[in-house]
Amino acid sequence: MHTIARAALVGFLSALAAGPAGAETVKIGFITTLSGPQGAIGEHMKSSVELALDHLGRKIGGLDVEVVYGDDQVKPDVGKQLADEMLKKHRVHFVAGVIWSNVMLAVAPTVTGAGTFMIGTNAGPHELAGKMCHELFFTTSWQNDQTPEAMGKYMQDQNLTDVYAMAPNYAAGKDMISGFKRYFKNKVMGEVFTKLGQQDYQAEISQLRAATPKAVFVFYPGGMGIQFLKQYEQAGLRGQIPLYSVYTVDEISLPAVKGAALGQFETRYWSPDLKNEANQKYVADFRKKYGKAPVFYGAQSYDGIMLIDSAVRAVKGDLTNKKGMIAAMRQADYKSTRGPYKYNVNHFPIQNFYLLKAVQAPDGDFAMQIQKTVFENYKDSYAAECPMKW
Amino acid sequence: MNAALVLEQTLNGLQYGVMLFLMAAGLTLVFGIMNLVNLAHGSLYMVGAYLATAFARWSGSFVLGAVLALPATLLVGVAVEVIALRTLYERDHLDQVLATFGLILFFNELIAILWGRAAIYTSVPPFLGGHVRVLPGVPYPTYRAAIIVVGVAVAILLWALVTRTRLGMLIRAGASNRTMVSALGVNIRLLYTLVFGLGAALAGLAGLMAGPIYSVQPGMGEEILIQVFVVIVIGGIGSIRGAVVGAVVVGMVDTLGRAFLKPFLSTVVSAPAADKAGPALASMLIYLLMAAVLFFRPEGLFPARGRS
Repeated sequence: MHTIARAALVGFLSALAAGPAGAETVKIGFITTLSGPQGAIGEHMKSSVELALDHLGRKIGGLDVEVVYGDDQVKPDVGKQLADEMLKKHRVHFVAGVIWSNVMLAVAPTVTGAGTFMIGTNAGPHELAGKMCHELFFTTSWQNDQTPEAMGKYMQDQNLTDVYAMAPNYAAGKDMISGFKRYFKNKVMGEVFTKLGQQDYQAEISQLRAATPKAVFVFYPGGMGIQFLKQYEQAGLRGQIPLYSVYTVDEISLPAVKGAALGQFETRYWSPDLKNEANQKYVADFRKKYGKAPVFYGAQSYDGIMLIDSAVRAVKGDLTNKKGMIAAMRQADYKSTRGPYKYNVNHFPIQNFYLLKAVQAPDGDFAMQIQKTVFENYKDSYAAECPMKW
Repeated sequence: MNAALVLEQTLNGLQYGVMLFLMAAGLTLVFGIMNLVNLAHGSLYMVGAYLATAFARWSGSFVLGAVLALPATLLVGVAVEVIALRTLYERDHLDQVLATFGLILFFNELIAILWGRAAIYTSVPPFLGGHVRVLPGVPYPTYRAAIIVVGVAVAILLWALVTRTRLGMLIRAGASNRTMVSALGVNIRLLYTLVFGLGAALAGLAGLMAGPIYSVQPGMGEEILIQVFVVIVIGGIGSIRGAVVGAVVVGMVDTLGRAFLKPFLSTVVSAPAADKAGPALASMLIYLLMAAVLFFRPEGLFPARGRS
């Protein structure tokens, strides 16, 4: 009796464990931040994944698809646990998403180490672009340094000088300033690092005004950006000293700051007004389905699903053919919202970077608008350190 | 560094201190009188900001929004006290911390469900836009000047309430010896509810004034709460006078530290070293101050009389 029960149990368990072998369902684990103040970003990413699936007729490469969402709470340890759970319990074929670089550095090696694809759709820490690059790791976003480098290049080209730079005092803040200075060679008259999560910048703004710089460069993501922009405007500096930024003004923060962002310059690889078929369809359908403008976090996530679809399609649904899928992804053979692009050896896109400006449309809405191309087919600075060859 | 800049930064420090005071007043009363550690005080600040924004949008007037939001936040506070916190007075502090932390999660999710997770738009009302000239050549944002005025007025009103009225007498008595107050036949439950509601309204006032300069989003209360705890520890738990002094000291030290520590350090050590140490040290200053106060005066600068 016991042996029968045990045999039945073993049979049952192995049937469970068999999971994806010969599967007809593509399983994707999508890790993002869905709770807390940063949950707004995750909401946009999740919405864009769902929109991509709508556009694909709820199929990936012709197979049924199941997406498991996970909330990393902006914590690397939680992100790693989610990845483990997706790999072992859900037996996913792809893990995608991840907003934060520190979470990505915990998640990506876990996933690729288990022989599963990791498709990054935001964070681009330099480690993964350089020494830690991996054949199973692809990203549909950018390398972190590229955006401030583009801003540094633009401000250098404008021959601006006496620039005052501000950022929160943590790893990414310092990276942004050093990325900026890689291309900006004129005088930086002040560098101010504020506390991470600081609410009130009035003291720093008073110092800034007293220093009388010719231009200001800042990196203030999320709520910090909203606070800084409002206070900069209230101090009467908007219109007096031009403000340039990275990751500070986007379609999530614009509805909260409106006029306080007017005239703001940003650099980015994507914008809702980018003219290509895939992007116009994405932006229009996103607005229709969710009633708001999409943001670059969403465009990248949409692209991530499309990239996976192109790979599964290329191997005709044979999910065990990883070599074939790697080869297919390297072609980036799908309709990206940024337009066609190529992958560099480290699986980071070679792509354009644009100068954007916050403007008010005739209907009264505030939006980011492309002004000019700063970098064409721009490669990140770390690809040379990546040992991968193909 | 010139005199005008120092004056401007002093005003900035005072304004920050005023915001901290409005939060600290409620927290210190609740802590001192009800012996309740209320981590959810920041949630009431958030509720105040959201209600004021919603009422202002509905009525089209910032002032009307603020006037409606104050009693509404008071009611939310009273409801929280009656429904959730009453059962916690006799429990130990760990249970209170757990329960009020749960309230933080509850309020953050509730706000996210009602208004979404993204920050919402609030702006300075037009009549408070622009600048006032404090001295020739020292422009100061009118809105921030108004915050200072409101804060000082509230401090005076609270002082009058606590020292000149019967309710204030009961509050002081409650802070000194709760058992004796209830033994004398005072309805301590009602007093608790009133004090909690008052604290909630003050937090709501801070929140609604913060809306136009900070970002109104779920979780905004937790960002300020830690500094508020520093204020009441420095000032002395349960004491309004302590809250005033603690808030102004913390506001000044934090602001002046952020503004002048780096330039000051660079006169003492090399410029790159000052660049590194300045911001790190400036963000630690208030905690160093708290440690020093705890070392020399463990009860805080102005402890409520009769507490041991």
